[in-house]
Amino acid sequence: MATTLPRIGLRVLVHLLLIVLALFMLLPFIWMLSTSFKPIAEVFHTPPILISSHATMDGYHNIFNRGADTAFTNTAILATSTTLTSLFFCTLGGYGFAKFRFPGRGMLFAFLLATMLIPPAVTIIPKYRIIVELGWIDSFLAIIIPNAASAFGIFFMRQYISSFPEELLDAARIDGCTEFGVFRRIVVPTIAPGMISLGLIFFMSNWNNYLEPLIYLKSPGKFTLTQLMMSFQSPNGESPFRDIMAVGVISVIPLIILFFVFQRRFVEGITQGAVKA
Amino acid sequence: MQQEAAVHTGIQSTREPGALARWWKEIRHNRWAYVFISPFYILFAIFGLFPVGYSLYLSLHDWNGVRPMEYVGLENYRYVFSERGDLFWTSVQNSAIIFLLYVPLMTFLALVLAVLLNSGYIKGFRFFRTTMFMPYVTSMIAAGFVFQIMLGSHEGMVNTVLSDLGLPTVGWLDTIWGTRVSLAILVTWAWLGYNMIIMLAGLQTISQDLTEAARVDGANNVQAFFHITIPLLRPVILFSLVLSTSGTFNLFNEVVSIAAPDGFKGGTRYSILTPMILIYNTGFRHFEFGRASAEAYVYFVLIAALTFFQFRYLGNRDK
Repeated sequence: MATTLPRIGLRVLVHLLLIVLALFMLLPFIWMLSTSFKPIAEVFHTPPILISSHATMDGYHNIFNRGADTAFTNTAILATSTTLTSLFFCTLGGYGFAKFRFPGRGMLFAFLLATMLIPPAVTIIPKYRIIVELGWIDSFLAIIIPNAASAFGIFFMRQYISSFPEELLDAARIDGCTEFGVFRRIVVPTIAPGMISLGLIFFMSNWNNYLEPLIYLKSPGKFTLTQLMMSFQSPNGESPFRDIMAVGVISVIPLIILFFVFQRRFVEGITQGAVKA
Repeated sequence: MQQEAAVHTGIQSTREPGALARWWKEIRHNRWAYVFISPFYILFAIFGLFPVGYSLYLSLHDWNGVRPMEYVGLENYRYVFSERGDLFWTSVQNSAIIFLLYVPLMTFLALVLAVLLNSGYIKGFRFFRTTMFMPYVTSMIAAGFVFQIMLGSHEGMVNTVLSDLGLPTVGWLDTIWGTRVSLAILVTWAWLGYNMIIMLAGLQTISQDLTEAARVDGANNVQAFFHITIPLLRPVILFSLVLSTSGTFNLFNEVVSIAAPDGFKGGTRYSILTPMILIYNTGFRHFEFGRASAEAYVYFVLIAALTFFQFRYLGNRDK
C-alpha cells in the first residue's frame, strides 16, 4: 500500500520523459514549417519566433519561381516509376523463390543475400561509367533500371509469399492458367498488402534519394527536390534558409500523409524484413 | 535402387545419364522460376558484379576518365596507406567516433522505449510510436538543413534558448566536437524510431510467460529486463547494430546538408567527413577514379571485417 504513491509518481515521471522525447522528435518538423512562413529577418532572431506575426508566403513564391514545381514533378515521376518497376520484379522474383523447388535454388538465394553486403561505395564509379556508356546521364533510366530488382525486395516478398497455400496455385494451373497467369491473377491480388508494405519502403527511399540524382541528373530541369534544396545554398555567405525550408515542407508532406494513411503497412514493411532476417 | 546404381557406376561418370536427365527435367519443369528470378541476376551482373570487378581493376590504374588509363600496380593502395592518404583514415576514425557517440545510447534507448511501449505501462502507445517513427520517413537533406538552422552558432534557436537560461552556448556547427555531436543528435533523431519499431516487433515474438516466470521467481522488472529480455532479443539487437555500423560509415545526405555549404568538405576541419563522402569526392570531384576505387576496396574490407566480428562476438553464443 505504501508503495502506491511512489509508483504513480514514477509512472507520471516516465510519461513526462516520453513527452519530452516526443517533443524533441516533433520540434524539427514544427521548426521547418514555422521557418518556411517567416520573413527573412525572423529566421534567425533573438528570441526565437515560433509563429511569426508577419507570416508570409514569399518563400513559397520564391521556390516556385526557382523550379520547385518541376522538381516536385520529377521527384514524383522518378519515385513512382522506380517503385512500381522494382515492386513488379521483386514480387515476381520472390514468388519464384517461394513457390518453386528448382535445382540451384539454395545457392542462388544465398548469392542473392550475399549481394546485400556489398557497400555502394565499391560500385558507384564503374556504375557511373556504365551509365555514361548507355547514354543515360540526365535520364531517369539511370536510376529506374539499376534499381529495378533489389535483393532486399526479393527476400522480403519471398518471406511474404512462403505462407501462400499451394493448393490455390495448383488449382489455377489445372484450370489452364499459364505460370505468369497464376502469378498475375492468383498471387498478386492475395499478397497485395505485402506489396503495399514493400512499395511504401521503396517509395520513401526513392523519394528521398539524393546520391543517385546527384551523380546522374546533371541539368537543373531534371533536378529532384533533394537536389533543389542543395542547389539553393550559396557557397559563401548566407544560404536562403527560409526558401530551403519551404522546399523541405513540400518534400516532407507527401510522405507524412502516406505514412499516416498506411501506418500499419509501413510498420509491417519495416519489421517483416528485420525480425525474420 | 536407382540411387545405388548411380553410386556404383560413379567411377565412369559422376552422374548417371538417368540422373542427368532427371535433373534436366527438373530444370525444364521449373523453367518459369528461372524466368521469374532472372531480372535480378541480369541487372546485378551489369550494375553490381561487373562494377565490383571493374573497381578492382580500376584500383590498379591511374585514370581521370579522359587520359588513357595507366597501370600503376599497387600505387593507389600505397597512397591510401601513406601519410598523403591520411584523409581516408580520418574519415574512418570520424565514423568510429560518431558511432560511439550515438549508437550505444540510441540502441539502449530504443530497447527501453520498446519494452515500455510493449508492457502496457504507457498510455498513448500509438501517439508515441507515431511521433518516434516520423523522422524515419523524412528526407535527410531537409532534416540536415533544419538542424543547421536550429543549431546555428550565433542566432540559432538552441543557443538562444541556452543563453536565456544562463547556460553557455555551444559551437554546434563550427567546432570539431560540436559538429560531431550535432550529427550524432540528427542521426539519433532519425533512426531511434526505426530501431524502436524493430525491437518492438522482436519483443512481440518473445513469450510473455518467460518474463512472468522470472517475476514469480522474485525478479523485479529491471532484473527481468537485463536477464530475460536482452538475451532473448540478442538477434534483433545484433541486426540493429550491424545496420547502425554500415549506416554510420555510409552517412552522406545527413553530413552534406547539416554542414552545408561545407558538407562535401566534411564540416569543420574534416570533423564529420565519412568514407562515403571521401570516396565520392575522390571520384566525382577530383576525378581520381583509380584512387577512389582503391579507397572503396580498403573500405569494403574494413566493413566486412567489422560485420564479421559483430556476428562472431555478439551473435548467439549458445549455438
